[in-house]
Amino acid sequence: MAASVMERYREQAAAARERVQAAEGAARVRIQVGSATCENAAGAADVYDEFRKHIRATGRTDVALRRTGCTGRCSCEPIVGVLVPGQMPVKYEKVDRARAHEIFTQHVLNGTPVRPYTLDADESGTHGLEFFFCGAARCGRELTEPLQRTFEEKLRAAGVPPERVAVRQANCFGLCDPLGTGRATRVLVRPDKVVYTLSSPEDLDAIIAEHVGQGRVVERLRVADEAVGRGFFELYGDVSFFRRQTRVALRNSGVIDPESLDEALRQRAFEALARVLERGDPAAVRAEVRRARLRGRGGGGYLTGLKWDQAAAAAGDEKFIICNADEGDPGAFMDRSMLEGDPFAVIEGMLIGAYAIGAHQGFFYVRAEYPLAVRRIERALELCRAAGLLGRDILGSGFDCDLEIRLGAGAFVCGEETALIHSIEGERGQPRIRPPYPTTAGLWGRPTCINNVETFANVPAIILYGADWFAQLGTEASGGTKVFALAGKVQHTGLVEVPMGTTLREVVFDIGGGIRGGKRLKAVQTGGPAGGCLRAEDLDTPVDFDTLQARGSIMGSGGMIVLDEDDCVVDLARYYLTFSQHESCGKCTPCREGTKRMLEILERITGGQGRPEDLERLERLARLVRTSSLCGLGRAAPNPVLSTLRYFRSEYEAHVAAERTCPAHKCRALLRFEINEKCVGCTLCARRCPVTCISGERRQRHVIDQGRCIRCGVCFEVCRFEAVARR
Amino acid sequence: MNPATTDNWAQVEAAAQAALTPEIVSFIAACRAKPHPESHLIAVLHRVQEHFGYLGQAQMDAVAQLLRVPAARVSGVATFYHYFRLQPRGRFMINVCMGTACYVKGADRVAARFREELGIDFGQTTTDGQFSLHDAACLGTCGLAPVVMINDKVYPRVTPDQVPGLLESLTAPAPA
Ligand SMILES: Cc1cc2nc3c(=O)[nH]c(=O)nc-3n(C[C@H](O)[C@H](O)[C@H](O)COP(=O)(O)O)c2cc1C
Ligand code: SF4
Ligand code: SF4
Ligand code: SF4
Ligand code: FES
Repeated sequence: MAASVMERYREQAAAARERVQAAEGAARVRIQVGSATCENAAGAADVYDEFRKHIRATGRTDVALRRTGCTGRCSCEPIVGVLVPGQMPVKYEKVDRARAHEIFTQHVLNGTPVRPYTLDADESGTHGLEFFFCGAARCGRELTEPLQRTFEEKLRAAGVPPERVAVRQANCFGLCDPLGTGRATRVLVRPDKVVYTLSSPEDLDAIIAEHVGQGRVVERLRVADEAVGRGFFELYGDVSFFRRQTRVALRNSGVIDPESLDEALRQRAFEALARVLERGDPAAVRAEVRRARLRGRGGGGYLTGLKWDQAAAAAGDEKFIICNADEGDPGAFMDRSMLEGDPFAVIEGMLIGAYAIGAHQGFFYVRAEYPLAVRRIERALELCRAAGLLGRDILGSGFDCDLEIRLGAGAFVCGEETALIHSIEGERGQPRIRPPYPTTAGLWGRPTCINNVETFANVPAIILYGADWFAQLGTEASGGTKVFALAGKVQHTGLVEVPMGTTLREVVFDIGGGIRGGKRLKAVQTGGPAGGCLRAEDLDTPVDFDTLQARGSIMGSGGMIVLDEDDCVVDLARYYLTFSQHESCGKCTPCREGTKRMLEILERITGGQGRPEDLERLERLARLVRTSSLCGLGRAAPNPVLSTLRYFRSEYEAHVAAERTCPAHKCRALLRFEINEKCVGCTLCARRCPVTCISGERRQRHVIDQGRCIRCGVCFEVCRFEAVARR
Repeated sequence: MNPATTDNWAQVEAAAQAALTPEIVSFIAACRAKPHPESHLIAVLHRVQEHFGYLGQAQMDAVAQLLRVPAARVSGVATFYHYFRLQPRGRFMINVCMGTACYVKGADRVAARFREELGIDFGQTTTDGQFSLHDAACLGTCGLAPVVMINDKVYPRVTPDQVPGLLESLTAPAPA
C-alpha cells in the first residue's frame, strides 16, 4: 500500500528540517537581515552586502547569513538579528554599513553585543533568562498579575540577582485552552524556548528551584502544544512593540527566509493542507472555518466559511479561487508584508480553500506596484510545484490544483470583486451589479471564491490549532486577530497584529508608543478612503468589524493612520475624496458626478471660499452618493466626509464662518500671519521670506504685505521672539 | 472572423512583429496557446511598457493583431489603468507617494518642491527628456513616510530641502 498523505508530508518535512539543520549546524552564529520592500528602501541590501564581505574577508565558515521577511517594525529598519544558540537573540535597529561593521567585529567575532544599537535599546534583554507572563484578559488577568508579582517577590527572596532574570508581561501567546481559562496562566521562558502552565505559588517555587536555580526544565509544568507565534516570539519577544502582539497571520514573517520552502516546512507549513487532504472531507473543512468565525480581512468582514459553502454549493464543475492582493488603500501595507515575508502561508490557505470549494485552479491578483511580492510569490509557487505541494496529485492525494499570478495595473476599483474578475479576464476593471455574486457566476461565468491575503493566511492556523482556539482568540462575533498597518503621527510605525477586541488605546499607545513629539492625539483614521475617523474619546473601543461600524468608521483592510493636533480633518476628508474621485471608474452617475461635486465643495472650503450652507449641501450629497452608487467604491467614498462631519463639525464650521479659520493651521488659504508688538526688528524673517513681502527697518517692528504673502509659514518658524502670530 | 484567413495576414503579422520585440512576440504566442488568451492582455501590455517605457500606438495595434483582440479593447484597457503610460517617459521617473501616510507627513510639500524645481506638473516630462514627475498611490512603505520612488529606488523620509540635491545627484556623472 502506498504511503498516506500525512506520511508523505512528514517525510518531506523531516527531510527539510534535516537540510536546514545541516546548513545551520556548522554555523555558530546566524545573522538575519530583513529584506522586504521597506527594508530594502531603508538600505537592507547594502547591509547584507557588508556582512557578506566581512564573512568572506575573515574566512569564517561558522557564520551563516540569511534573509528574512519584514518584522513590521518599520521606523527602525533595517533590522538585523544576531543569533547564537543558547543565548538570547539580539536584534539591531537602523543598521547601515558602519553599524554592520561594528556588529560584525564586536558581536559576531568577539561575542559582545553592541548595546547602543539594539532594537528599542532600553528594552532589549541583557538578562540570562526572561519570563513572559501572558497578560491577556482571556488567560485571566486577575490570576496572572498576582502570580507575576509573587514570582518577582520569590525571586528576590531567593536572592536571585535582578540582572539575571527578567520578568515581563506579554500579550496572548495564542495557547489559551478554553477549559483552563481563568485557572492557569502561560509563561514563556527565553532563550530556553519553554512554555509553562502555572497556577499556584508552589509551581513558582518549583520553577525558581529547578529552572532558575539549576537550569533544568520543569517537565511536569511544561505545555506540550506548540504556540502558534512561538518562533516569532522567541526572536522578538523582548521588544515591547512585539510583545504586545499576537502573531497568527504573521506567524512566520520575520522568522523564515521567504524564499526557502525548507524553512517554512520547519515551521509546520503545509501540515494543515496535508491533514485536510488526508481526511478527505471538504465539508468538514468548511465547517471548521465557519466555527472559527473567520471573517474576511479584505474589509467586508463576510464570514469566510459561509462564502465557501456558497461556492461549494454552486452548480458547475469548473470553479475558481482567487486571492485578492490588490491592496489599494493608500496607507496600508499588511498584505504586501505578508506576501513578502511568508508567501507559503497564503498559498497553503488558498489550496485548502480550493479543496473546500472544489476548485482546481486559482489566481493571485497582485498590484503591479509590488514587484518584490510578485517575485516572492513566483518563487514560492515554483518551489511548491517542484516539491509536489502544488499542481497535479498534491502529496499523492489525487487532488489537483494550480495557482497563477495575474497583475493589476494601478486601479483601486479592481479590488472590488466583480471589477477584479473583469481585470483578470483582460478587460477594463469596471464593477457590475451584484447579484449574481461571484460565488455563483464569477470568472468566465464560473463559481468563484475571492478572499483577501490575510484571510487565507489564517486558514492553516485554524486547521492546525483548531476552530475553537481561533474563535476564542477574538470576540463573540469575529474570531482571531487582525493585522493593522500603523502609520501617521505615532512613535512606532509598522505592522501590528492583535486579537480582535483589542482597544485602539492598546494599539496606539502600548504598541505604537503614543504620539510623536509630545503632541496630542486628535483622531485615528481606519479603513482608508472607505472609512472614517474615531475621536480620542473613542480610544477604548474594542476593535472589530461591528464596533467600528457602529462608530461611523469601518475596520477596512487594516490601514490605521494616527492624526495629531496639526492635522486638519477637513483637509483629510478632501484628501480621501480626491483619491476616490480619481479612482471612480465612471460607470455610474452618482459616484462619477457626486464625488466630483463633493470634492468641489471641499476644495472650496479648504481653499478659503467656503460658505455656511456648503456643509448641508455636502452632507446631502454625501448621503445620496452613499445610497445610490453601484459598487462599494462609490458607496463608501462619502464615509470620510460623513464621519468627520459627525465628530468634528465645529472644525468645518470654523472653515466656513465669516472669519474663516483652520483650527489645525493646516489649510494654507485660511492662514494669516501677522507681526505683533513683540517684534524686535532682527530682520531674520524679512531675509528668509521667499517672496520678500516683509519690510521694516532694523530694530523696528516689521510688517507683512498681506497681498503678496503666500502663507508659507517661514516667518512663523524662524522668528525667535514669538513675534509672528498665526491665525 | 479569423484574421489568419484574410489575404494580407502575412503582411499584417510581419508588421506587427516588427513593432514589438521577439520576446514579446513569443510571449503573445504562448498566451495564445493557453485557455482564454485575451485574458493575458494586461500581462502583455506590462511587458510592452517594461521594454519601451510606454505604450505607443504602433505597439498597441501590434498587440491587438497578434493577440487577436479588437484594437478598441487594447486602447480601452491601456487608458483605463493608471499604471500604463501612453507617452514616453523621462530618463528618471519620479514617483512622489501621495498615499495617506505620506500625505500626513508632508508629501504635498515635497511634491510642490519637485514641481517648482523641475518646472513641470504631475504627469509631465521635462523638455530635455530627463525627468517625469508622477504622483503615486501608496508605495507600501508607509513606515518610512514620506517616500519618493525614482526609477526602482525608494527614498525614505524625504524633506523638501533634500529635493534639489537629490535631483543633482541623479544627473551627476557616476564617480569613476
Ligand atoms: C473599491 C474597493 C476596493 C477593494 N479593495 C480590496 C483590496 O485591495 N483587497 C481586498 O482584499 N479586498 C478589497 N476589497 C473587498 C473585496 O471586494 C472583497 O470583499 C474581498 O476581497 C473579499 O475577501 P474577504 O472576504 O477575504 O475579505 C475592495 C472592495 C471595494 C469596493
Ligand atoms: S460606484 Fe464608482 S467605481 Fe463603482 S461602478 Fe460606480 S462609478 Fe464605478
Ligand atoms: S524674525 Fe521676529 S523679531 Fe525678527 S523681524 Fe521678524 S518678526 Fe521681528
Ligand atoms: S508666510 Fe511666508 S510669504 Fe508670508 S510673510 Fe511669512 S515668510 Fe513671507
Ligand atoms: S502612504 Fe506613502 S508609502 Fe504608503
